[in-house]
Amino acid sequence: MAERRVLILRAAGTNCDQETAAAFAMHGATAEVVHVNRLLEKPDLLKAVGLVAIPGGFSYGDDISAGRVFATELGHVLGDHFRAFIARGGLMLGICNGFQVLVKTGLLTLPDGHGGIIPITLHWNDTHRYEARWVHLSIDPALCVMAPKNRERIELPVAHGEGKLLGGDAQFLAQALGTHQAVFRYCNTDGSEPVWPANPNGSTGHIAGLCDSTGQVLGLMPHPERALLSWHHPRWTREPRREQGDGASVFAAAVAAMS
Amino acid sequence: MRWQIEVLPREVEHDSLGAVLTRKLKSLGVRSLKRVETARLFLLDGDIDAAAARRVASQLLADPVTEKAHVSEWESHHGEAMGSVSVFKKTGVMDPTEAGVLRGAASLGVKLVSARTGMRYRLVGVPSAKLEQVAASGLYNAAIETVQTGSDRFPAPKGAGRANTHRIEVPLRVADDKALLALSVRGGLSLTVIEMRAIQAHFVELGREPTEIELESLAQTWSEHCKHKTLTGDIAYTGPAAGSLPENARVRNLLKATIKDATEQLNRDFCLSVFHDNAGVIAFDGDWALCMKVETHNHPSAIEPYGGAGTGLGGVIRDILGTGQGAKPVANIDVFCVGTPGLAPADVPKGAMHPKRILRGVVEGVRDYGNQMGIPTVAGAVCFDDRYVGNPLVYAGTAGLLPKSRVAKQVSPGDHIVVLGGRTGRDGIHGATFSSIELHDESETADAGAVQIGNAITEKKLLDVVLQARDRDLFAAITDCGAGGFSSAVGEMGEQTGARVYLERAPLKYAGLSATEIWISESQERMVLAVPQDRISDLLALARSEDVEAFVLGEFTHSGVLELFHGQELLGSISMDFLHGGVPRLEREATWSPPAAELRPIPELDDGTDTLLRLLASPDICSKEWIIRQYDHEVQAGSVLKPLVGVHLAAPGDGSVVAPIPGNKTAFAIGLGINPSFGDLDPYAMAEAVIDEALRNVVAVGADPDHCAILDNFSWGNCAKPDRLGGLVRASYGCRDAALALKTPFISGKDSLNNEYRVGDKTIVIPPTLLITAIARVPDAGAAVSMDLKAAGNALFVVGRTGTALGGSQFLKLAGMRGDTLPRFDGALARETFLAMHRAMRRGLVKSCHDLSEGGLAVALAEMVFGGGFGADVDIDLLPADSGVDARQLLFGESLTRFLVEVAPADAANFESMLDGIPCRRVGGTTEEPRLLLRSSRTGRVHVAAEAALLESAFRRTLPEAMDGEESHHG
Repeated sequence: MAERRVLILRAAGTNCDQETAAAFAMHGATAEVVHVNRLLEKPDLLKAVGLVAIPGGFSYGDDISAGRVFATELGHVLGDHFRAFIARGGLMLGICNGFQVLVKTGLLTLPDGHGGIIPITLHWNDTHRYEARWVHLSIDPALCVMAPKNRERIELPVAHGEGKLLGGDAQFLAQALGTHQAVFRYCNTDGSEPVWPANPNGSTGHIAGLCDSTGQVLGLMPHPERALLSWHHPRWTREPRREQGDGASVFAAAVAAMS
Repeated sequence: MRWQIEVLPREVEHDSLGAVLTRKLKSLGVRSLKRVETARLFLLDGDIDAAAARRVASQLLADPVTEKAHVSEWESHHGEAMGSVSVFKKTGVMDPTEAGVLRGAASLGVKLVSARTGMRYRLVGVPSAKLEQVAASGLYNAAIETVQTGSDRFPAPKGAGRANTHRIEVPLRVADDKALLALSVRGGLSLTVIEMRAIQAHFVELGREPTEIELESLAQTWSEHCKHKTLTGDIAYTGPAAGSLPENARVRNLLKATIKDATEQLNRDFCLSVFHDNAGVIAFDGDWALCMKVETHNHPSAIEPYGGAGTGLGGVIRDILGTGQGAKPVANIDVFCVGTPGLAPADVPKGAMHPKRILRGVVEGVRDYGNQMGIPTVAGAVCFDDRYVGNPLVYAGTAGLLPKSRVAKQVSPGDHIVVLGGRTGRDGIHGATFSSIELHDESETADAGAVQIGNAITEKKLLDVVLQARDRDLFAAITDCGAGGFSSAVGEMGEQTGARVYLERAPLKYAGLSATEIWISESQERMVLAVPQDRISDLLALARSEDVEAFVLGEFTHSGVLELFHGQELLGSISMDFLHGGVPRLEREATWSPPAAELRPIPELDDGTDTLLRLLASPDICSKEWIIRQYDHEVQAGSVLKPLVGVHLAAPGDGSVVAPIPGNKTAFAIGLGINPSFGDLDPYAMAEAVIDEALRNVVAVGADPDHCAILDNFSWGNCAKPDRLGGLVRASYGCRDAALALKTPFISGKDSLNNEYRVGDKTIVIPPTLLITAIARVPDAGAAVSMDLKAAGNALFVVGRTGTALGGSQFLKLAGMRGDTLPRFDGALARETFLAMHRAMRRGLVKSCHDLSEGGLAVALAEMVFGGGFGADVDIDLLPADSGVDARQLLFGESLTRFLVEVAPADAANFESMLDGIPCRRVGGTTEEPRLLLRSSRTGRVHVAAEAALLESAFRRTLPEAMDGEESHHG
């Protein structure tokens, strides 16, 4: 059952590890929270799991920039182990700080179509401020194996200061959309252009979540693990009862993709 | 080799910080400024070559998409680019980024000895001569930071010094009163002559002189902050009676006679630990208990708002970690009292900061610390009054969850004294004693040692280790290192045993601390544990595995004596009995008389709609969304009712609800009560009113009023002055009487009793300010009730009686008046009302519920209307009311124990019968059209007619305009 085992990787400052583990457990996976020091001591831990999740938080205080120090550690010290893990079919899911880490490790990249990659980063929100609010997201499920299936749109909370996805060249947006790597995009329910706060950070192309070219590595700024229960929704007291929150669809798809 | 790396945005549009600072400085009136351009500076020290420095610059420090880096040799640097200022933390001030730079560089194979980080601001358009002044107004704080302009050299690397670690005797036995007092003042001990005499007598009896470290230990332990000498002293009160407070009473131990007395008399079985641990503990669900603590951090926040508020929150979080054998923090609250945002800069007293700068700083401090800790900030309040201008108030509170089996703790002789967490530095020396003295216009420069910057990640690591260690039974007792540092923590833990401490063992941030400084330093993010000998190796291994520093400072003994060593040398030795029991009881005079009568008549009501819109936009009532959205209120995934609710998530919920146990529907609600306007008129009645408000807030969201506890936090003027202390006596009795009537026990509290600001010979005294925090069980998260209207065609009820009093109301505050009479509190009726409301809610009869507080019925109903996107049509003459009320009281009065309740028509009769015996009347109904109508059937007048959108925009615009606006009216 290695495929159904999830390793939740935490470092100093990670703070969404418990609820992320609970979300995987709710969907039938076996989730274990592991401190990065254990993985540094024994990288072979990766061989026993089918998915590595990097949860939200402020790894190493987001010193220098969000996720930067953790990403440097994972990319430079454990990079080859992760690349091998992905090569053998392993999945990686980065939520919020985990997304920032994945982007900055170079494990989540956007190819330029000519054998190179387009540099990407997650920059400060346009407001230059941390903000917590709920957003609507549209989904492109064509490439990513962890994208919710049969859902056009979901609603999730965001809570971050550095979530503006930027690409290093002019082809960035066309490439991200054309390759279906832009899995989640901020949207309005009426189809209109989402300006702040519907797009909470000014992200290029309203992209909220991006996967790599294999579809096995997914990062997103919103927090699906905070939208699992009926009462997590901010308007649950006034809307028809939900059986579960929209975030459950992300974990259901991720666990299904491990099978 | 040392290197300087400058990291700059590649394009102007990547400089979002620069854009924000441009707006901020312009709003502070810097007219010549065109824009601010920012750069980050890193000074790296280590045996590294240029290639390694460049590798660190390009692969760690600069973002590959948005930034570029310039690498140069530090020594060869000859100054600043024209028109720019560089800001660095002062030597010794926490620089949280350093650890990340070192760890990241190590991942690249580059070993650094130290790193220092700073910011460079280029102020385009500002003449060189004005650079420093502009920078000081909003780019740095001289209390913690140092600035370079023009061709100044960069700061030298942190230097090492040598300080005295030997025994220092202080000749005291033959000193007269004058000499004793001089000694207290010179040493920053904040001890009175009477206290110094008690110490003198003790050492005369011992036949020796005290040592410096002994005196400091006594000063810390006997500080107002630690011992609450005022509240536990003897007071001769002169003034009128109030409730159980007789006229001209002598009160022995005010705290015991009032707040603790109520809790003892009530003897509620859900109280598990009250008043003796770091937080109060109540039963929650099954094997789980809840604990809560609220602290103030006022003086540090006045001098450095960001650091003061952040470390205030960090301290109260450690209180929760140090409750029982360690609780898990599950929710934070914050309450700020500041000057009004529109205060003209010329009216800001010398040495104080503008209220906007204070508010921005304290919000950011709570935001960064709370968010990084992964604890949701779920509730708060802001009060505005210009008497807070030099002495703002910052309350921070934390709720925790712990197993019932871990509520008790026990220190045994032979246990190791283990310190876990951050290193010890010179920061925060004399915080405990500093908090008890008056602020003045030179505090900013003179008392900077009492201010610190926190490092939330160090505390998060501490939290991770403490909770694992608790569950593995690796320690017997725990407490936090707060005010007084090791001296208070070890002194308290070892009170019943004795302790031997070896100060040379403490890991230091930098060399050069004296032994006394190590002992009393208030460096943040440290906990002290009592660890049995057979657990020590496992505990140290666990800490090491998570990169948390831990060391054995000494051991608990059975000597009953606190022995302090540095190496082999005994620096001090004090009996625990004298340390904890030797402080002389304070005797104080207290007087209170009612304020002078209001001479102006209550304003007539001309245009009710206009009054309502002005109230909704007033600073006290307006939306705090600008603050709330900067806080993570959903981390840990326990959020049930968030602070902002309704169709646009813009309406203010009464209390926040959190379900902290995964897979369990039992939740808790937190409610807050605070009203300094009432305190001006009568602190006794204020105490009743804010307790009522805190309970209304939790009852309104579905919490059980019969499983509810409260916490008190007094912030007062200088209580050595009888007229300040008189109000405190009255407020304490108000607390006692209301708690008894409501059968709601106090479980914890804290006081801050010297909140005055002196400029020259003028003193600004804060209004008497009592924060009451209620924490109550919500039996079923899925049955929680929010305040937004749910549907058209429902009945609207007003529960509770409206009286004639308008004193202290926001309606009068709009007119610049205070009034005379405060609303009356009927405790027995309030308890019945809360119980009946809860029964109706448990039956599912309540669609929405909002408590009536500041701004009265009109404000509450307006919030329900725009919260729900439905309309309401209410006849104010149907409200249950005393004779003599008119539209002013009915619309805007702030009578206590009142709710607006939305009920489905089919349930209306049932609801009324459940409220039998309680003032309750159907006053109107909800409508499809989102429009608020408040009419008088008696006069035929329509007092208020307004669209929901208009009400919502009035409510939401004030703070964004004040805090983010390009040009403020007065700036």
